Amino acid sequence: MADQPRQAEGDQSVKVSPLSRGRMRPRGSRRELIIWYAMRISGLMLFVLALAHFSILHFIYDPGAQTADFIANQRWNQFFWRAFDWLLLMNVLFHGFMGVRTVVLDYVHRPAWREFTLLLLYTTAVLLFIIGTQVVLTLPSGTAAQ
Amino acid sequence: MIRLPNVLRYRPREGMVAWAFHRISGIGIFAFVLLHVLDIYLVGGNPKLYDEVLAFYASIPGRFLEVLLGAALLYHSLNGLRIIIIDLWPRMTAYHRILWWGCWVIFIVVGVPGGLIILRPVWLPILQQLGLG
Repeated sequence: MADQPRQAEGDQSVKVSPLSRGRMRPRGSRRELIIWYAMRISGLMLFVLALAHFSILHFIYDPGAQTADFIANQRWNQFFWRAFDWLLLMNVLFHGFMGVRTVVLDYVHRPAWREFTLLLLYTTAVLLFIIGTQVVLTLPSGTAAQ
Repeated sequence: MIRLPNVLRYRPREGMVAWAFHRISGIGIFAFVLLHVLDIYLVGGNPKLYDEVLAFYASIPGRFLEVLLGAALLYHSLNGLRIIIIDLWPRMTAYHRILWWGCWVIFIVVGVPGGLIILRPVWLPILQQLGLG
């Protein structure tokens, strides 16, 4: 019976708003409501950050000209762009992993499986947070990356 | 039973298409983010391998995948904005059709030139061969 509350939480997240066809504003759970708002706030952040990132690295610079040397000494030679990409990473990790969490809650119903899938999901998120942050913080600029 | 003629006769409503595309594009972008964090790790860890990965991104098949990624990103962004507008400002529901088709107008107006820029190495040589470039 320990799985009972989680089950109810899952049922809640399956609800799709008939108006926007996004997730319906959750009722009864403060935590779910916070996630619901955070999804929208991080979504707005990503509207700017992700589209700018994609435009810069596909329209302004061509992928054909992007080498490890380019990343270390041009793209990331300023604090601003490292901070920009790190902020993008933080938003994308939250938004992406919470989005996939909704998908898991939608399709994975057996409590043990759900627990396992979510654990796998959160572990991957923490791992990507560590890897991504480490690269942003430690990649040396101004030296040849050969 | 799902049969092709029935599937073709079925006319889904806008909201259902919006939901399905949002989920599919979201999962696609998620998959690329996993790959992208790992490939950026190579910049410091194995720059040679990074250059090889980027050479694939810049190849012709890679560029078609980039267009697909860009399309998923653009759709997910525009539809996400539509969801936020309707969720936080319910009176906009009266204009849900305009919002939905507005998304597609922006998608085409921004997406087609964007796709053409990414695919320049595909169509530029053809134009040149025809003596037009």
